[in-house]
Amino acid sequence: MPYLLNTPDDKNEMLKSIGASSIDDLFSNIPESVRLKRPLDIPKALTEIELTRHIDRLANSNLSADSAVCFLGGGSYDHFIPAVVDMVASRSEFYTAYTPYQAEASQGSLQAFYEFQTMISQLTAMDISNSSLYEAGSGLAEAILMAMSVTGRMGKVLVAESVHPEYRLSFTTYLANLEPTVVTVSCPEGKICLNDLASKLDETVSCVIVQHPNFFGNLEEVEEIAKLVHSKGALFIVAYDPISLGILKKPGDYDADIAVAEGQCLGNPMIYGGPYLGLLSCKEAFVRKIPGRLVGQTVDRKGKRCWVLTLQTREQHIRREKATSNICTNQGLFALRAAVFLAAIGPKGLTETAELCFRKAHFLMDLLCKIPGVKPKFNLPFFKEFTIELPCNAQMVINSLIEDGILAGLSQGRWSKDLANVMTIAVTEKRTRSELENYAAAFGAAVTAASSQEKSKALKS
Amino acid sequence: MDKSQSTGLLFEISHKGRRCHLLPDCDVPTKTSAELLDKKYLSNDPTHLPEMAEIDIVRHFVNLSTKNMAIDCNFYPLGSCTMKYNPKRHERLGSLSGLAHVHPLQDDQTCQGMLEILWEMQNYLAEIAGLDGVSLQPAAGAQGELTALLVAAAYFRDKKEKRTKVLIPDSAHGTNPASAAIAGFDTITIKSNARGRVDMEDLISKIDSQTAVFMITNPNTLGLFDEQIVQITELIHKAGGLVYLDGANMNAILGITRPGDFGADMMHYNVHKTFTGPHGAGGPGSGPIAVRKQLIPFLPAPLIIKTTEGFKLDYDRPKSIGRVRSFFGNVGILLRGYFYIRTLGPDGLKQVSQNAVLNANYLLSLVKEAFDVPHGDRCMHEFVASARTLRRDKKISAMDIGKRLLDYGYHAPTVYFPLVVSEAMMMEPTETESKETLDHFAKTLIKIRDEDADFLHDAPHTLDISRPDEVKAAKEPMLRWKK
Repeated sequence: MPYLLNTPDDKNEMLKSIGASSIDDLFSNIPESVRLKRPLDIPKALTEIELTRHIDRLANSNLSADSAVCFLGGGSYDHFIPAVVDMVASRSEFYTAYTPYQAEASQGSLQAFYEFQTMISQLTAMDISNSSLYEAGSGLAEAILMAMSVTGRMGKVLVAESVHPEYRLSFTTYLANLEPTVVTVSCPEGKICLNDLASKLDETVSCVIVQHPNFFGNLEEVEEIAKLVHSKGALFIVAYDPISLGILKKPGDYDADIAVAEGQCLGNPMIYGGPYLGLLSCKEAFVRKIPGRLVGQTVDRKGKRCWVLTLQTREQHIRREKATSNICTNQGLFALRAAVFLAAIGPKGLTETAELCFRKAHFLMDLLCKIPGVKPKFNLPFFKEFTIELPCNAQMVINSLIEDGILAGLSQGRWSKDLANVMTIAVTEKRTRSELENYAAAFGAAVTAASSQEKSKALKS
Repeated sequence: MDKSQSTGLLFEISHKGRRCHLLPDCDVPTKTSAELLDKKYLSNDPTHLPEMAEIDIVRHFVNLSTKNMAIDCNFYPLGSCTMKYNPKRHERLGSLSGLAHVHPLQDDQTCQGMLEILWEMQNYLAEIAGLDGVSLQPAAGAQGELTALLVAAAYFRDKKEKRTKVLIPDSAHGTNPASAAIAGFDTITIKSNARGRVDMEDLISKIDSQTAVFMITNPNTLGLFDEQIVQITELIHKAGGLVYLDGANMNAILGITRPGDFGADMMHYNVHKTFTGPHGAGGPGSGPIAVRKQLIPFLPAPLIIKTTEGFKLDYDRPKSIGRVRSFFGNVGILLRGYFYIRTLGPDGLKQVSQNAVLNANYLLSLVKEAFDVPHGDRCMHEFVASARTLRRDKKISAMDIGKRLLDYGYHAPTVYFPLVVSEAMMMEPTETESKETLDHFAKTLIKIRDEDADFLHDAPHTLDISRPDEVKAAKEPMLRWKK
């Protein structure tokens, strides 16, 4: 059996030392009535050779961003991952260590997390950042719990309809049995309606959540929103795209109180949705309310600079039911990957990456809108993701482009029945001009085919 | 060896104008963001990130890594964390591009292989639990607890029963009460008895018509299997409540007994512990939950179902609580758990638990003469020793022993948890360690016991740093570098 070391002789000696007659004897306080009297009903063991063959076959049956050209976004993106990220993260000393409870034996990870916290703060122009949460959806839930605690307001939580539907569902689920109600602010034109926001804002609102760029890819009027939200004493929580900060204003620049993001784009594979990492930054004043692990700088007994897990009195293992959050782990390995990624990309690389995403996305949008019947859904500024309206069902076009080796984009019909003809497309710095031109050509053909198919279907019925 | 040149903070090593990752020239004629976007959106201040060359980055992080202890380098008997070996095949298979680079919103028809693996994983986890339905969505154990409690709340709401209380033993992990509070329940603490089991008298006095859930860790955090479990689950069920099993300690009972068989209605797994994900200095985890049949309608969506047209994500779940995170789950860790289960098979998994329990009992037998073991001389996969006598007689604390172990190349046990034992040292060797390692570790522990108290108060003596000032860190929090 792999990974087990005790030989029959070892076992006998060990049992002798224990004073037990058999291994079964060690389990004697498990009542006989609840013991499993048969082997588990799972497949028999595979050797490494057999397992590799089995997994290779299943992996090869999937389309991936390596075997197809990927235009999918919605929170997870096919950005490039420099080799140095994989190299550092595969160091045994990082990936087989655990939570740095013993600071002396964990200075490597602790310093890396401190650097991570600093770089996320630099990236966002926010005062402080924690050392990561699970991902963006539950990260927003943590931000809301934090805002309730900071403001003491248990009334409403306002959220723009243009926030990722899975993020909205995640924090609504977290809040299901707590006092606040989640109220949606409408976005009839692809961004938050400021009048609707103003009419719903009052002194019972703890926070307002806006995504920028939003789920459709559009930019929000974050500066005006911030002023409006603060005029009623609520906190402004923004969900941002880390790569966008290479060109766009940073959450700290427009006075966000808490900034949350999906950190997948910072050097982490898409791997069907996780593990990713949630980024959370905030103003200094909320430092004792921030959820999740925090690394702080201090000195050791000889005065040497070093790092420790800190402010643990906020955490569940001490505060139990009074803790600010139930969170126990961070996404350590992925925070490390993000730290290496940010060091590798640097300030210039981030701006160049953002600019490439921006220009290529705009180039593709222009190409697609030359196809008859295809037009922008909204006339709003966007960053690397945009939303178009088709003359036919979007999912039909997506399905047909699979044949061309293209993962074409997201049908908004998945989340809203009225938007079955609407599609959101993401373009990263990896896409080349020829990929974009091929995509537009295949897209045009697919739209024509789907439209005529729909027409003949309509005639028949 | 002096490593200070490369292990200064990134921001101190940064050199203006250095680059690592270079981008290709723009190959499309489109205008720039400065030309196309209104100024109000654009940042006029560049991002303040470090500027590094590739070799600077590599030297920095590789030298930093050598300041860590890790499973691949050291014995790591950190109780309650199940620090078993991370098989290397998992890393190779998990990074295959047909798995690692699959987008979470791809259509089902384009990722049938992925869905097949995850569907099988749902089934394996149900079988190992002895329960009926599984959600792979929760990102970690604590999120699994919260998810299951939200499921329980929805179940009672659906039955139009108003139940407000969650009962939790005092030996439980802190996440249990914290999760219950977020799920909207009041928490009631149940005492442990002198034997480290649930105090039945206290439990019975606290069960009433308001009892929604009893959360139990079994084997518990003292490493003891509570043999009263059948009686306990019957009592809770009779009162109309549900039993939740915190699956943190599943490594002791794989294929030996199943939570569903001893009366649990819901549980979470810590896949990264029991089925060995890379621990990554604190994550990622993965905390799927398994539940009994009547609770399946309330699980988060989607679940994977098998249809005549292949595997599908099923979102059509009208009674579902919703979701607790975006996208499917911590798939990278679930895949590794799947590789592990497939590598070991039914016999292998049972042997995992047998050897984990054998190793823990053996280590206990070696140290019980030298240290207090307040809860007897048998345990499951871990045990709690105490330094209380040493503390009283020689002023040597559990922390002193833990810190001194680092000098000898061993990670410290979990100290000062569980809270119900003073000067606790919780040791979990796991099944992937040899008798020789345990012999040597026990000898080292006994040697440390006899060392000079003052010398131990200053330990470790051979690591980069010693005894950081944690009070200062909390009093004047410095959470980032500043110029």
